Amino acid sequence: MNSITVNEVTKTFPDGTTALTNVSFTVNPGEGVVLLGHNGSGKSTLFKCISGFEKPTTGEIKYGDHDITTLSKRKFRPLRKKVGMVFQDFHLIYNLSVFQNVLFGAMGNSKTFVQTLAFCASDDMRMKAMECLDRVGLAHLAKRRADQLSGGQQQRVAIARMLMQDPEIVLADEPIASLDPRAGREVMELLWEIVRERKLTVVCILHQTEIALEYGERFIGLHSGKLVMDQIKGQVSKEELTTLYNKESTFESFQKAGATHE
Amino acid sequence: MSNLRQQMPPRFKMPSLGTILLIIAFVSLFYLGLRHADVTFDRLTSGIGNMFHFVSSAFPPDPSRISSISSAMYETFQIALVGTAIGVVLSLPIAVLASRNTSPNNFIRVATRGMVSTMRTIPDLIWALIFVISVGLGAFAGILTIIVDTIGFCARFFSERIEEVDKGPSQALESTGSSRLGVISGSVLPLGFASFVGTGLYAFEKSIRAAVVLGLVGAGGIGVELSTAFTLRRFDEALMIIILILVVVIAVEQLSSTIRKKII
Repeated sequence: MNSITVNEVTKTFPDGTTALTNVSFTVNPGEGVVLLGHNGSGKSTLFKCISGFEKPTTGEIKYGDHDITTLSKRKFRPLRKKVGMVFQDFHLIYNLSVFQNVLFGAMGNSKTFVQTLAFCASDDMRMKAMECLDRVGLAHLAKRRADQLSGGQQQRVAIARMLMQDPEIVLADEPIASLDPRAGREVMELLWEIVRERKLTVVCILHQTEIALEYGERFIGLHSGKLVMDQIKGQVSKEELTTLYNKESTFESFQKAGATHE
Repeated sequence: MSNLRQQMPPRFKMPSLGTILLIIAFVSLFYLGLRHADVTFDRLTSGIGNMFHFVSSAFPPDPSRISSISSAMYETFQIALVGTAIGVVLSLPIAVLASRNTSPNNFIRVATRGMVSTMRTIPDLIWALIFVISVGLGAFAGILTIIVDTIGFCARFFSERIEEVDKGPSQALESTGSSRLGVISGSVLPLGFASFVGTGLYAFEKSIRAAVVLGLVGAGGIGVELSTAFTLRRFDEALMIIILILVVVIAVEQLSSTIRKKII
């Protein structure tokens, strides 16, 4: 089930704004896709649809052969277990230990959440959590409270939590946007290393065109809710990616039209 | 220029009809209230005389029954402690059911909200009367009263805290495919924990004050001693009781605010 198919997806919000218009693409198993587009281009909405937090108005989104848009929350859960997520703001439970946060990654795969509590978890599970932490180089901070760590470290803990889940697909929403350039690069390096060694399918939103070019294997660009770029590594230049960001957003062109009208 | 003058807001605005009616209603009810309670300067001066009589016969406080007073005070403390602890624990699931972001459905949410506000709206002395009739005189009725009182207070504030918890961590757990219960227990409850403890301690302070007067209607504790002392006009003993209440309530409040500061 480690491919993602987005088929003719349109999303219209109750207030009438259309965030996505007929977006279609397929992410192949093991492919590393970077999703680009400036704020308001619809990429966050697309990302929410892919991760199942929003339902598209029309169209389908498939993990493998399973259309997730028609599933109830309960039926969607087993599919979600295979999809790990990394967020811009880490989304750790800041007042719990690093160790506990990583253990929570296994919540979907456990019978009950109680089995993921640090004091109830099996020895194997506790050991696995430590191995995941070790993979991101933070085993020595396992006992710390999550909010005592730096931003880069917190994102690495979030990656360890994602590993704990044993995902086949990774969805990353601007994973380095809240980090300084150096920490951002380290996190990106680590994330991509892990994803490659486990041959995971990735969809990653990025804003930094340079980093996108360095890591991405395929580039999907959105503008005003439409798919305007879908190219693989080598076919695309930095200029092209930058143009995507320099295009006028609908709001700006709307403002200009208003200005000339007056 | 004249255009601007027309657009300028006036210095004063005529209050709306509703406002005027409201003011009239308030003033007349206030006046009638004063008249009805027969508030006169005469009664106030004689009241001061009576008060002086109470104070002079209350001094010095009489410590002769200190041991039975103390054990009644200890019972009050127990009522507050047991009642608050049970109430806080029950408040958690109730608050989860009553919060917009964690409730399984709207019907349950509205129903639990209604139940909690009923518990809060009916004053504790009335609950105590009801429980005294149901389970008989004594500390048990007091404990039940404090439980209801605590739920009315805590479930509401817990629920407010739950509703303002950051969505992110919950989404992170939800995205692992975990159940609703797991998401709530793993993210919402830990994130709200400090606030829950703070509210719980505050509820305990409130409970000890409430438990003091519960004895007046027979629900156990120091209240009944106080009521008896007044009926028998043994004001010196009454003063002793009041002093003891003061000491215990202040001690509990100090202790609880110290713990609260440490946690938050």
